[in-house]
Amino acid sequence: MMQDQETVILQGHIIDSLILAKVLDRILMMGGTFDLQDVQIGKTREEPSRARIVVRASSAKLLSEILHAIQPHGASVENERDCGLAAAPADGIFPSEFYATTHLPTQVRIRDQWVEVEGIEMDLGICVDLVRLTARTVPMGEVKRGEQVVIGREGVRVIPLQRPRDRDVFSFMESQVSSERPHGRVIGDIAKRLVQLRTGFREGKVGSKVLLAGGPAIVHAGGREALAWLIDEEFIHVLFCGNALPAHDMEVDLYGTSLGYGHAAGRVVPHGHEHHLRTINRIRAIGSIEAGVKSGIIKTGIMAACVRRSVQVVMAGTIRDDGPLPGVITDSLEAQAAMRAAIPGIGMALLVASTLHAVATGNLLPATIPSVCVDVNPSVPTKLADRGSFQAVGLVMDAASFLNELARELGWQP
Amino acid sequence: MAAMSRLLVCPPDYFKIEYEINPWMRRSNAVDSEQAIRQWHHLMQVLEQDVGAVLERMKPVPGLPDLVFTANAGIVVGRKAVPSRFRYAERRKEETYFEEWFRGQGYEVVTLDPGSFFEGAGDLLGFPDTWFGGYRQRSDIRVFPTLSDWFHREIIPLELVDNRFYHLDTCLCPLSGGELLYFPPAFDHYGQAALAERITPSRRLVVSEAEALRFACNAVCVGKHVVLPAGCPETESLLASCGYLPHPVPLDEFMKSGGSAKCLTLALD
Repeated sequence: MMQDQETVILQGHIIDSLILAKVLDRILMMGGTFDLQDVQIGKTREEPSRARIVVRASSAKLLSEILHAIQPHGASVENERDCGLAAAPADGIFPSEFYATTHLPTQVRIRDQWVEVEGIEMDLGICVDLVRLTARTVPMGEVKRGEQVVIGREGVRVIPLQRPRDRDVFSFMESQVSSERPHGRVIGDIAKRLVQLRTGFREGKVGSKVLLAGGPAIVHAGGREALAWLIDEEFIHVLFCGNALPAHDMEVDLYGTSLGYGHAAGRVVPHGHEHHLRTINRIRAIGSIEAGVKSGIIKTGIMAACVRRSVQVVMAGTIRDDGPLPGVITDSLEAQAAMRAAIPGIGMALLVASTLHAVATGNLLPATIPSVCVDVNPSVPTKLADRGSFQAVGLVMDAASFLNELARELGWQP
Repeated sequence: MAAMSRLLVCPPDYFKIEYEINPWMRRSNAVDSEQAIRQWHHLMQVLEQDVGAVLERMKPVPGLPDLVFTANAGIVVGRKAVPSRFRYAERRKEETYFEEWFRGQGYEVVTLDPGSFFEGAGDLLGFPDTWFGGYRQRSDIRVFPTLSDWFHREIIPLELVDNRFYHLDTCLCPLSGGELLYFPPAFDHYGQAALAERITPSRRLVVSEAEALRFACNAVCVGKHVVLPAGCPETESLLASCGYLPHPVPLDEFMKSGGSAKCLTLALD
């Protein structure tokens, strides 16, 4: 539970007058706690003393009551200036000094009150509603002319994450990614979390959904069956991918190949490179992946499991896409918005074998959501784990091994 | 603050109850102006003739009934004066007159931030090197570190917890010999402990509630002379037992406004 806190300064002849003692007593009596930082005691009788006190309370309301009670005794809030604001000069353009968010919980000060910024995500701006005294993140492209945008750094407070209470791999994560890490233990911890989250999901608890963002290497490397099983068993509730993952997944179902490579044969089959095009064409003809599955044309695999389990799928296109499949969002900003809309309610994210989708998803996730990044290329997990979160775990391993091990840990018997 | 010898006063020509900003003031309780003028002149006579103080008279201003309480003009040490910043708008109009007077007399005037509250010698008084600052009712505790810096004095803030004793000079009076005449329940236990820490028990002269409510502590001490409101016999004996010479003066017309001997004077030096 995050605690509300405020730093106050008390100065003057606060020791002999017992003003400091009175202020500290008052904080405790009202149910708050404090950290006494830098007490400078005057060296002579004339010289004043100065104390910096961090006041903490279990709620914003209690904190404000405590501050209200100690202010008449000289306790002044240290940084009590409101955040700077400027109007967006045009649609889609922030004022030039705009504050860019991190992925950590953030508060801004509006009219002498600290207000929680809603929808925290990194690299966005913050729009303030001066009437309702609320603040929310806004992507550059979505800001409207005249909206009040936070500028500068004053009156903006980023709250560092407290270490998670669970004593698992997420609680001692340091921004270090190594292929030499014993994967078994890490995967075991991820599996435990998935079991807890599935229980929560089935009970309808908020924040229990699991997101998987993945690339086609999952299919090429042989992780398709394991992932389909994880989806069927309700361990995954949201899927972010591009055009390729579903195309090759369904290619396996229709032709037994992925990118022309025969899964059973173990070699490239003649004209195999056309299979994914034929798959895409077939689905385009049917109209949608869902129709393809429901009509019985696509029977197995990841997409079939998603349709069966009503998993929310966001497919974001790129410039090298063939087709694309129906449902792939080709406008990048629209795709981003669709992904963003799917983030609320996520309790854990698995970013598997896709630099593009892993980084895009990582940027959308608040630091409070535990995330696992799996890639054979160490630079991808490193990039994500370096975002200063306690809860980002990087694993350098191939997607299929990860998914297979994870599914086995959860009871899958291939 | 050295013992008072030169005092700023203001004749009560326009003194009356025009508003209510402390529990003593009631507009229905009208001031008998002639009686007030008589009492004030009597006080001046005692101060000049019996005590030997030098009086500086300010010109009264119509519409500023409380200008008579010069203790709230500000604080003066040597040639430096800090004019008050009143909490209530009713008295804020007095600020310019007091400031003009200080400037007219050639004082170096240092001003506090507008928006801060400080009611002069009504809330700041003490011994030569330790001052006490009353806060919460009128003055803001935040002005004391600034004043401490300007005057190079230690200022011990004391919270005033009883609104009948709304200025520090209504419940505490440091005497020239180091004794403290005061009414302890006007302070919380932190304030009482801070005072007890500073002043030995034999020097703490505790005033009874009945006499504190007659403003026994609102006294003017010059050397061994103590001018206080009439009707406080216990306090008079207490003072006499410590070698002081009490001078009781009837000042009940000014009590209608919540002021007495000390409130009607400001020490200049």
